Amino acid sequence: MAPVNFTVNGTSYTLDVDPATPLLFVLADELQLNGPKFGCGLAQCGACTVLLDGQPVRSCVRRMSTVEGSEITTIEGLGTPENPHPIQTAFIEEQAVQCGFCLSGIMLYGKTFVDQNPNATEEQIVQALNNLLCRCYAHRRMVRALLRYAQELRA
Amino acid sequence: MKRRNLSKPIDPANMTPDTLAALKRAGFSRRDFLKGAGVLIVGFSMASWPEKLAAQNSPQVKPLDVAGDQVDSWIAIASDESVTAYSGKCDFGQGFATVQYQLVAEELFVPLDRVTLIYCDTSITPDQGTTSGSQSTPTEFGPSGLRQALATAREALFQMASEQLGVPVDQLTVQDGVISVISDPSQQVSYGQLIGGQQFNITLNRNARPKDPSQYTVLGTSLPRYDIPAKVTGQYEYVQNVRRTGMLHGKVVRPPVVGATVVSVDQSSLPPDVQVVVKNDFIGVVADTQQQAIQAVAALQVTWSQGVTLPNQQGLYDYMRAQPSRDSYTVLADDVDEMLARAANVLSAMYLYPYQMHGSLASSCAVADVQGSGPNGTATIWAASQSVYPQRDSVALVLGIPKENIRVIFVEGSGCYGLNGADTVCFDAALLSQAVGKPVRVQFTRKDEMAWGESYGPAYLSDLRAGLDDQGRIIVWDHEAWTLTKGDRPNATTPGNIITGALAGFPTPSLMPGGGDPPTSYRNNGNAAASYGAGCVNRACGGTGTITSERVLTHTIASPFFTGPLRSPARLQNTFANESFIDEVAAFVRADPVQHRLLYLSDPRLIAVLNAAAQAANWDTRPSPKPGNPLTGVVTGRGIACVLYEGNNGYSALVAEVQVDQDTGKVIVTRIVTSQDSGPVSNPDGLRNQMEGGALQGMSRALREEVMWDDQKITSIDWRTYPVFPFGEPLPVMETVLINPPDKPQRGAGECTITLVAAAIANAVFDATGTRLRQVPFTPERVLAALNGLRLKQRLNRT
Repeated sequence: MAPVNFTVNGTSYTLDVDPATPLLFVLADELQLNGPKFGCGLAQCGACTVLLDGQPVRSCVRRMSTVEGSEITTIEGLGTPENPHPIQTAFIEEQAVQCGFCLSGIMLYGKTFVDQNPNATEEQIVQALNNLLCRCYAHRRMVRALLRYAQELRA
Repeated sequence: MKRRNLSKPIDPANMTPDTLAALKRAGFSRRDFLKGAGVLIVGFSMASWPEKLAAQNSPQVKPLDVAGDQVDSWIAIASDESVTAYSGKCDFGQGFATVQYQLVAEELFVPLDRVTLIYCDTSITPDQGTTSGSQSTPTEFGPSGLRQALATAREALFQMASEQLGVPVDQLTVQDGVISVISDPSQQVSYGQLIGGQQFNITLNRNARPKDPSQYTVLGTSLPRYDIPAKVTGQYEYVQNVRRTGMLHGKVVRPPVVGATVVSVDQSSLPPDVQVVVKNDFIGVVADTQQQAIQAVAALQVTWSQGVTLPNQQGLYDYMRAQPSRDSYTVLADDVDEMLARAANVLSAMYLYPYQMHGSLASSCAVADVQGSGPNGTATIWAASQSVYPQRDSVALVLGIPKENIRVIFVEGSGCYGLNGADTVCFDAALLSQAVGKPVRVQFTRKDEMAWGESYGPAYLSDLRAGLDDQGRIIVWDHEAWTLTKGDRPNATTPGNIITGALAGFPTPSLMPGGGDPPTSYRNNGNAAASYGAGCVNRACGGTGTITSERVLTHTIASPFFTGPLRSPARLQNTFANESFIDEVAAFVRADPVQHRLLYLSDPRLIAVLNAAAQAANWDTRPSPKPGNPLTGVVTGRGIACVLYEGNNGYSALVAEVQVDQDTGKVIVTRIVTSQDSGPVSNPDGLRNQMEGGALQGMSRALREEVMWDDQKITSIDWRTYPVFPFGEPLPVMETVLINPPDKPQRGAGECTITLVAAAIANAVFDATGTRLRQVPFTPERVLAALNGLRLKQRLNRT
C-alpha cells in the first residue's frame, strides 16, 4: 500500500492503495463514481475513459502508481442534469444514447478532439473515435451530437 | 465528496414525517409498508426526471399484495393527484420506460410530471415474465397489459365521478386528472378526490376501451427519453454501480476448457481474509476489494480434469447434419415432392450462419445479499436480467430458499440484446453471498463474459430449394434447416439451464431427438417460413405470400456450448437464408428483386413497407447483377430484404447499398434505408433509434462476427478475438421511413431491421459483383474467395 495524491473533478484526494490497482476501481469503488465503467478491463472498448490532465485515457489499465499529482475528470465533472456541459446538452438534444454504457469514451474522446478541431468534418470525427465501441450502435446519433457540439463551439 | 445519492434506503422504523407524507401521497398507508419488505424510498410523487430514476433504482416497499389481474397491481393514485404505475417490462436502453410514461399520461389524461413508473422488481411489479422477443409493446398495449389497466381505471374513475356529480358518464370529460361536466365545467372532481390513497379493488376489464390511437397527444410524439440526462452526466445508476453496506467483491474461476471438472483446489497461497467457495465445478473467491479478488484468482491453484473434444470448427456444418435431431415443421404441404418433380427448374442453395455473441459492452455484473438457507433464508438480488421473475424462481432452487423470500430488483446494465451473462452472474453472486453471509458483487472479466457468461446465438445451416414452372414462376418452396441448443433462459424447474447452475451441479436438460409431427396450426414465430409462402396448415392459411406448396422443417441438435436468444433469434438466420434465396431466384429469372418479391406477396402491409423502403432509397429497378460493373477494383450495388417479424410482430424492409473492393474483398455498407410498420408509433424518435441501432448491429454481425474455438475451448475471449464493427470505420448514411397506421394493433419493432441486414448486404454484393455470399460473416477473406471462385468459373465458361 502507498499513498497517492490526485484530484478528481476538482476535489483533492490522498488515498492509501495498492499501487497496482487500476484507477477505474478507485474511481468506481472508493469514490463511488458512476461515470467511468468497466467494459473489458483491457483498454479495448473505452467505457472506462477519463480525462487525465486533459487527455483521454483508459482508466481500466491505468495503475494508481502512475496518477500521482494528476488531475482527473470524469463525465460527472463536466456537468450535471440541471447544468449540463454543452457536449452533454448536445447528446441530450440528439438523443444520442441507447443504454449509454459507452458514453464516457465517446464523449471524452469526442470532446477532446472537437475542442482542438472545432471545424472537424463528420469523417474526421468518426476517425477520432477510432477503437471505441458502442454495441447498441447509436453511432450516427453520437456523431451528430459531436457535430452539434462543434457548431456550438464555433458560435 | 459531493455525490448525488440516488438510492438511499430508509428503514421504516426511522421514518420522518416527510417520509410518511410522501408515502401517503403515493397512496400507501403506514400499515401497507410495515407489512412490506422493510426498506423504502421517498420521492415517487411529483417527481422530476432524476427523481423518477431514484424511484426506479431504489428498493421499494411492496405496495399492495394483489393479483396481476387487479388494477391495483398496476396503478396507484394518491390524494395529491400523483400517479404511480407498475410494470413488469424492463428498459435496457431501448426507451420502453419512456413509452410507458407516455402511455400512462395518455390513457389517464394526466400530465407526465405527475407520473412515476416502477418496473421489474419482483416484490412490487406485476409478473410479466421475461422482457424479450419484441413483446413489450404488444404486451403492454394488449388485453392484459398496462394499457388495459389504465383504461379500466379511467372508466372506474368516470363512474365514480358520475355518481358523485349526479351526471351520466357520457356527459363528463377529463383534463389533467380532473373530471368535469361538459355543459358546466365548474362541476368537477379530481382523481385524487375520487380515489386518492385508496384501492380500486377491481379486476382488469377486457371491455374497457383504451383511447383511440388517432386521438393520441402524448403517445405518437418524440418525447425525449427521461434517462438520458442522467446517463450523459454520469449520474445514472447501473447494476455495476449498486453499492451495499458491507459489500464484498467476488470473482469466478471458470474451467480452462469445455467439460473440465474440478479435481482439487489449493488455496494455501491466498491471504487469510480471502474466502474461496467451491460447489462442484463452480469456484469463486470473495475479498474486500476487486483488486484483492483478482489477485486471489491469479494465486488460486486449481487442478482440472481433461475436457471434452469439441467439434472441429471447420467441419461444424457437416457435423450438424450428422447429429440426431429434434425436428419441427412450420409448414408441410403434401404436394412438395410432387411439385419439385414437376418443376421445369429446381434451384437450390445452402446458407451458413455462425455462432455469434451478444457481445454486451459491459462484462456482466450482479449484486446479491443472501442470508441463510432453507425455509428461513432470504435473498435480494440486483440484476440486469431480462427475466427477473424466472430468475427469482430459478435462483430459489440454486440457493435452497423459497422463492417467496427472494426479491430480484432490476437495475439496468449495458444493452443486452438477449441472454448475455446477466442471468448467470446473478447465480454467481448469490452462491458467493450465501457462502459468506454478506452482500457480494460479482463483476465478470471480459473473458468470463465471452467464454463462460454468454449463451451464444447458435449456428444455422439452411438448405433451400425452389421449383419453377416453365414460365419461371415459383411453384414450390422447400426449406430445411439445422441449428443447435443447450440451456436456455432461467425457469422455475431447471437451474442447469444457466451456465453457473450447470457448474454448480444442476443438470442441464438434454435435447430429446424426435418430433417431426405435421404442424397442427400455422405459427411462424421463428420466421422459418419465407414471406412468399401462403402458410397453409389444416386448410387455414396464415402466411404473407401465395406459394401454397411449401415445406419448412427445422432440425435442432445438441450444442457443445450454451446457447440462448440473441436479438432476432432464428428469425435473423432464417431470414438471411429466405431473403437471399428469393433474390437468387429473381436473378435466375432476370427479374428486379423488388418486383419479383411483389409477385408472391399477399399481405398489403408487407407490400407497403417493401415499396416504402424501395421508394425512399430511390431503388434502381432492374435485375441483378448490375450491368457494366468491372471485375476488378471498387464496384457498388444495392440489395433489399423484407419480413413480417415472427409472422405477426412488425413489418419491415431494408435497402443496403454497398461498395465492394474486388481486389481486397472488403465490403463497405454506404447507405441503409429502413421502413417499419408496427402499428401506431409510440415514440417516433425512439423507434428510429431502434431501427438505426438494429441495422448497424446487424451490419456488424453480417460483416465481422463469429465465435471461434479450438478443439477444447472458446478462443473468442475479447474484442480482438471477437472483432465487431467499431468506431473509426466509414458509417453508412441511414434513413428511416415510419408507417403509422392508427387502426392497427401495436406491435414490436426492436428486432426487425437487424433481421434483414445480412440478406440485404449479401444481395447488394451480388448486385455489385455477380458473386453470391452464402456464409456469414462476409469477411474480406471469404468475399475474396467467393470472388475468385466466380472468376474461375467465368474463365472456365469462356474456354
